[in-house]
Amino acid sequence: MIDIGLGHYLTLGAVIFSIGIIGIFLNRKNIIVILMSIELILLAVNINLVSFSIYLGDLSGQIFTLFILTVAAAEAAIGLAIIVVYFRNSGTIRVEEIDKLKG
Amino acid sequence: MIAHAIFFYVFSVIAVVSAIMVTVSKNTVHSVFFLILDFISISCLFIMIGAEFLGMIMLIVYVGAVAVLFLFVVMMLNVAQQKNQWFVSKDSSRHIPIGLLISVIIFFELIIVIGGWKYKPDLFNSAKSSPENGVSNTHSLGQVLYTDYIHVFQISGMILLIAMIGAIVLTFRQRQGVKKQSYLKQISRERTEGVEVLEVASNKGVKIDD
Repeated sequence: MIDIGLGHYLTLGAVIFSIGIIGIFLNRKNIIVILMSIELILLAVNINLVSFSIYLGDLSGQIFTLFILTVAAAEAAIGLAIIVVYFRNSGTIRVEEIDKLKG
Repeated sequence: MIAHAIFFYVFSVIAVVSAIMVTVSKNTVHSVFFLILDFISISCLFIMIGAEFLGMIMLIVYVGAVAVLFLFVVMMLNVAQQKNQWFVSKDSSRHIPIGLLISVIIFFELIIVIGGWKYKPDLFNSAKSSPENGVSNTHSLGQVLYTDYIHVFQISGMILLIAMIGAIVLTFRQRQGVKKQSYLKQISRERTEGVEVLEVASNKGVKIDD
């Protein structure tokens, strides 16, 4: 309990990952919260990579965390731009009302 | 060791609670603020565990850029005015047990994986990270990043460039009725169309702009 090891950090990562997935499924509000849940999932992956990198003494994990950070920032920018364009065209970003592809 | 445990538990409890609040909170702006709190506490954890550079980068990139981008979009789209009920119709509430089930299954799978790691303790001790003779975390990251991973580094720069161009192209629109400066029109202006020389007779006015 007192001795913090790799398992504690991995458990924290697992908890945050699961909360992100719950957020994607549970969300009935708007797409922005779904994007934030995806950010949470990426954050959990980063926690895992950094803690493995520290406890195994290998720097590659931190390097890849850096690249994941880059991709997450790019994804957030593109996703928010798509949301802005969609809101301009249809006037809503509620998850339930976005069903144009339903056929 | 005690201090490490106390800090770990404090920051991880803050992180988990704010992650729950991101998904639960009714106001989207509040969700963004809780996301910021989550990133800050996780970056404190990173700094504590020994990855100082990544902790600082997370503060800069997420709190400074991504979260502000989220806030900007939330305020621009004015989603706070939309009704944020939770479960509007019966139709939507059937997603909830499926989502809970899937996330619980994933959580327990991850815990099982961690348990598997715990039963191989020799792997942890084989290459314990040690502060290599005074080289800081940032220094050693830079030594690896700019040599072994230089191509991946440049590709990530390209990804950022493409994301920037894509965001601009997506949200750009031509507006009507906006006064703009036209350089070509300005520099192609001739003297003959700008100035008119008039012969003014004495005691008589000149009619301009007729």
